Amino acid sequence: MDTGTNDLKGFVSDWAGDRAAFRVPWGKAMMWIFLLSDTFIFGTFLTGYMSVRMATTSAWPNPSEVFSLTIAGTSYPLILIAIMTFVLITSSGTMAMAVNYGYQRNRKMAAILMLVTAGFGLVFVGMQAFEWSKLIHEGVRPWGNPMGAAQFGSCFFMITGFHGLHVSAGVIYLSIIARRVLNGHYEKKGYDIVEITGLYWHFVDLVWVFIFALFYLW
Amino acid sequence: MSEATAAHQQHPIGTYVKVWILLFVLSFFSYLVDFFHVHGLLRWGLILTLMMLKAGFIVAVFMHMKWERLALIFAITLPPLAILVLVGMMSAESHYVNANRTEHFAVAPLK
Repeated sequence: MDTGTNDLKGFVSDWAGDRAAFRVPWGKAMMWIFLLSDTFIFGTFLTGYMSVRMATTSAWPNPSEVFSLTIAGTSYPLILIAIMTFVLITSSGTMAMAVNYGYQRNRKMAAILMLVTAGFGLVFVGMQAFEWSKLIHEGVRPWGNPMGAAQFGSCFFMITGFHGLHVSAGVIYLSIIARRVLNGHYEKKGYDIVEITGLYWHFVDLVWVFIFALFYLW
Repeated sequence: MSEATAAHQQHPIGTYVKVWILLFVLSFFSYLVDFFHVHGLLRWGLILTLMMLKAGFIVAVFMHMKWERLALIFAITLPPLAILVLVGMMSAESHYVNANRTEHFAVAPLK
């Protein structure tokens, strides 16, 4: 019944049988399907941003200048966004390690690394709050701004706001699961949950890759 | 390919660290694109290439997609391609709106 090979034949046999299509824990399949739906949410946000940016006849504010920061008298373009990117990538690294320790059944290390990941998430959200207040202070609103095309503000607040919401939810999710891992809640069930939580967290990093490229660098 | 069972993704930390460093380097390159004011097709090409490379490594290694079975890989990675259809349609629509605005509204600034 089962070819067991992972080629096109295996792909067809996995889908053809009257049984579970995905040979993964159900929670992992569900997380992937949720992330697929989330992909469409961010995909349509970014497409909407592309549409208004292409359709507007006023000049689009230059992100390189809008998001520059002056440190000790020198102006660095996009520096805060670059630091935020590195923070998020770092958090993805610590998350990946937590998954490894989870499967080793090293509860303490897995929980610590998950909390470190959540900590980096908090740093990211904090820097985003700083960025938002800076832009609001400079007069950027969802309906207009002093730098150029009025649509800039609504795209910025909508896209980075929704992403920041995902990071914040991830911080809470990570903290809850880390606490349960530490308490030995998953000793019987096994530590797939750490990998599933990790999938969500890496997705948040993944979305940021697209926002960074298409909104901040374009 | 590392021999993890389909349901149990355990990979050496060294693999993660290598990809982690690679992501740092790729992000640094995308920042340099902006820093050195690269313009035109080269800028867009570099931004998109670096973006796809980073996204690919995150999904393949951090999210373990390269070790999953094709049934899951196809179910998750193929549907988002539909977004490209939307992008194509909206890009045509936006060009049309832009042309209309230029022709009918952009002569004098609106009071």
